[in-house]
Amino acid sequence: MTASTGNPARTRTGRPSGGPALARRRRATERAIAGLLLAATGVSVLTTVGIVLVLVFETFEFFREVSLWEFFTGTVWAPLFSPRHFGVLPLVGGTLLVAAIAIIVAMPLGLIIAIYLAEYAGQRTRSTVKPFLEILAGIPTVVFGFFALTFVTPNLIQPLIPGTNVFNALSAGIVVGLMVLPMVATISEDAMAAVPRALREAAHGLGATKLEVALRVVVPAALSGIIASFILAMSRAVGETMAVAIAGGSTPVLTIDPTQSIQTMTGYIAQVSLGDTPQNSLEFKTIFAVGMTLFVMTLVLNIVSQMFVRRYRNVYQ
Amino acid sequence: MVSDPVIVRPGGHTPPVSIRLQDRPAEERPAERTAALDQVFRIEHLSAWYGTAQALRDITLDFPRNRVTAIIGPSGCGKSTLIRCLNRMNDLIPSFRQEGRILYHGDDVCGPGSDAVALRRHIGMVFQKPNPFPKSIFDNVAFGPRVNGYSGDLKALVEGALRRAALWDEVKDKLGTSGLALSGGQQQRLCIARALAVEPDALLMDEPCSALDPIATYRIEELITSLAVDYSIVIVTHNMQQASRVSDYTTFLLSGEERIGELVEFGPTRDLFTTPKDERTESYITGRFG
Repeated sequence: MTASTGNPARTRTGRPSGGPALARRRRATERAIAGLLLAATGVSVLTTVGIVLVLVFETFEFFREVSLWEFFTGTVWAPLFSPRHFGVLPLVGGTLLVAAIAIIVAMPLGLIIAIYLAEYAGQRTRSTVKPFLEILAGIPTVVFGFFALTFVTPNLIQPLIPGTNVFNALSAGIVVGLMVLPMVATISEDAMAAVPRALREAAHGLGATKLEVALRVVVPAALSGIIASFILAMSRAVGETMAVAIAGGSTPVLTIDPTQSIQTMTGYIAQVSLGDTPQNSLEFKTIFAVGMTLFVMTLVLNIVSQMFVRRYRNVYQ
Repeated sequence: MVSDPVIVRPGGHTPPVSIRLQDRPAEERPAERTAALDQVFRIEHLSAWYGTAQALRDITLDFPRNRVTAIIGPSGCGKSTLIRCLNRMNDLIPSFRQEGRILYHGDDVCGPGSDAVALRRHIGMVFQKPNPFPKSIFDNVAFGPRVNGYSGDLKALVEGALRRAALWDEVKDKLGTSGLALSGGQQQRLCIARALAVEPDALLMDEPCSALDPIATYRIEELITSLAVDYSIVIVTHNMQQASRVSDYTTFLLSGEERIGELVEFGPTRDLFTTPKDERTESYITGRFG
């Protein structure tokens, strides 16, 4: 911008321009640009601050009417019908059940993929497989939800476990596991790739086989990164909404039976915010209390995984 | 073994090598050790490539058994490539290719019946930079025996290996601490102990002192001298004084304009350093290049 204002001046006068007016104009432009960039950055900061403030405020309002004790120890979640109950445990339980199934799917599979890519696959295989992982990560979650409801449940689960509900935690957990699989695989692979070649050579030099090198040297050396990938996947699974709302059902019951319909925290929030619950009612405020609980859970998980990531970066770089 | 008088080095003005070779009583030498021209490795017409770049050309050479053989030469002359051929470490590099034969106790290391993993269980390796595993001192040394399915007294084996590597007294009270907490010189002796714990018969050392200070270097050299009684040792070094201090035989490699390493001269260390046959060797050891 400054160049385009400067050039015509130069051609007209035949000498480098640089009057005090032009310098002032340039400074003004620079200031305006800097202000614009700051404003754009501010959007993200203000959004975060705004959301947290609204969450905190509405949650505070909610807890003026419902006690913390009832919220965190009650085992019945029925805020929309009377008699009303505000025990969040069924929602937390449903969320953790789905997340646990997801992790059981994603952890071993993701680790195996990571070991294969980091230790066994040649350069060509790696560059073929990795785009598929990226595509898997890019599939819209609503597609995963319908995949669970229309394929996983009727074709895989119900033939094996007759009596499984159409909506069930198992199918939701399996597809969420597939959704977070690329995350586990790529972060774990990065961590293994960061293990110095010298350690692999040392182990090979002692007569270790490829598998022994991978399992006894590379995986332990990359452990903090691998754990970080698990925690991030857990956090993502806890926060996942669409697939679990479609496939998991909307029955908030405290159960560990994965064949039953459940409801997760995110599923409940989606249900109420899309429904016709009047705003400012106590029922409506429940979604902020649930949202706050969810936010704290994922925040803690993210912070813990960051700690692990930082640790493994420090060791080898 | 450690008290063997031949290992004590008299001030360093006389090459310890010759003392060891000549003064060791005959009865201390097992029969196979005195057999003439007994070699641990025999290399025949070895050429090696990384991708299209040739690194070694037509090397033919014998490494004597239970002796220390040094490989010297300027950077980029293929010293490391050569030593890494001996235990097939270059197999780990996808673009690597070699021609010619390497015999280990008469068996072709790349032959149809040979297995790189089994081979490396008999040939220990120590690397340029100390590379202990991020595990405890004990687990570092126990790693090799464990992957090799050792079923005896692991504690005794670890202690024995640490003693032979002259590290036991410094670490015996902290075997559970991380190997990475040791000093550089201690880490390198830990790596030597780790290699000895699989009870190898040959030991390959690829510039084992290049990352160490002079005192740590001195201790490793002393250790190499003492280990030569039981092991066949091949050591790559860019330091000619080191080669003359620790080795019985020396190999001089050189690469010309095309950057392909070739064998210039091989012989007893004292002969090679005092009366080199090739004028390039003489130029190199007198510091005229490299």
